[in-house]
Amino acid sequence: MKYLISLLVGTLLGATLFLLGLYYNPFVGQASVSPLAVSDTPVIDLIYSAVPGESILYTNNGESTIAPFPDRVGELWEPAIVDTSAWVTELRSSRGEWVGIGIKFSSPSEQTRIVHGEAMANSVWHIYLPEKGTFLIDQTENYWTYLRDVVIPAYWSSSDNWRGTYHSIMTNGPGSLGTARLTGGSGMYADLISEAVESRTARGYSSTVGPISMSGSLSVAISNTEVVNAE
Amino acid sequence: MGSSGGNLCASSQFIREKVRGDGNLTRLAATWTGIRFWLLLFWVNRLFKTFVFGIILGLFGTGALAYFAPVIDIHRERSLIEVQPNGGNIEEYRINLPRDRIMVGLAGSKGSLPAGLDWPGADRLGDTQAEIFKVRNRDNAVIGVASRLASSADSTGSFIEWALHFPARGTLYTQMALAPSPEGFRTGVMRARHSRFPRPFRDDERAFRRRQGWR
Repeated sequence: MKYLISLLVGTLLGATLFLLGLYYNPFVGQASVSPLAVSDTPVIDLIYSAVPGESILYTNNGESTIAPFPDRVGELWEPAIVDTSAWVTELRSSRGEWVGIGIKFSSPSEQTRIVHGEAMANSVWHIYLPEKGTFLIDQTENYWTYLRDVVIPAYWSSSDNWRGTYHSIMTNGPGSLGTARLTGGSGMYADLISEAVESRTARGYSSTVGPISMSGSLSVAISNTEVVNAE
Repeated sequence: MGSSGGNLCASSQFIREKVRGDGNLTRLAATWTGIRFWLLLFWVNRLFKTFVFGIILGLFGTGALAYFAPVIDIHRERSLIEVQPNGGNIEEYRINLPRDRIMVGLAGSKGSLPAGLDWPGADRLGDTQAEIFKVRNRDNAVIGVASRLASSADSTGSFIEWALHFPARGTLYTQMALAPSPEGFRTGVMRARHSRFPRPFRDDERAFRRRQGWR
């Protein structure tokens, strides 16, 4: 019996050591500087609030920590979309001016590999900028550092929340430099093929209601012609 | 005096070096004693052996579990795809109205959905209409979500477009003709398809022909 207990205690200790190694793995990290920062192509920034209550609409399966908004919005409870979320938000320029709306669908990816520090999600932005046009951004995101540095500490905290400064590039692909694919739709973006990168900045997260103070940014590479036209 | 001071300094240096050297020796000896203790414990005490075996088992077991067990396992509905006679596939998506409509955003409209939606005013979005739907397959099972944007703004030109997102499959982006056909259909062009949606057969065929050196 004592050998069995010894084995069990050892196994538990081994599992704990592995999980601690996984959590504190210093070799896993995400860039905090956009790959587009070194690009020659002009980049426009679209800023949005990542707090569901400050957006136009947010919905999921209705059982997650983050509650749908507004209250009476339909929930995505069907089996195939039970882990999917839909988000509609206003987009602002880096100077804080209102520039358009964005619709984001996001669902967890089966490419998630915790051992490699990859908590992946497939997401797509459908964006309309009045006076300019529409485009679609398709990307895979890695939420591992967000979970590790923001969400899990909030659950561990005795006050059920996390406060601090977190900034990370969320976009992980499918571009070879870790950029998202942008496909132009209408207006000045018609026929445009380009790249984009999404980042997230967090200052507060609650384990009971989700993001409290959080914003996101989409950096979109636009060729010179389009920027001249936009001005 | 200066020479004596210099000798004193040199002596102090020598003593410090010696102490440091002795310290290293002491630490080495302590480490060796520790290693011997644990080795002895491991070889003599079977209970400790079992404990160490448990640690290794826990490390590798959790590692194998984390590596091989799927963390995300998305529910899939069967794909209901028809093959066209002249190449290409057809997959039919359905939306049951009004129950599959999640959002309707239209400035100045009382028909916005859901109740309490704070949609930007007409001064910002004009007559742009944004909608979000659940999308079903031909067997009426929900398989994804979609957004539809429509506008007749002069600045961008009129447009109607769809973005369809299917978890575990990918995304489709289509632009539709403004005027429906006499049969009541609205045709469109697929602008992008991502993830596991295959490229059309014709593209594959062109690539194959290029590889073969055919014209």
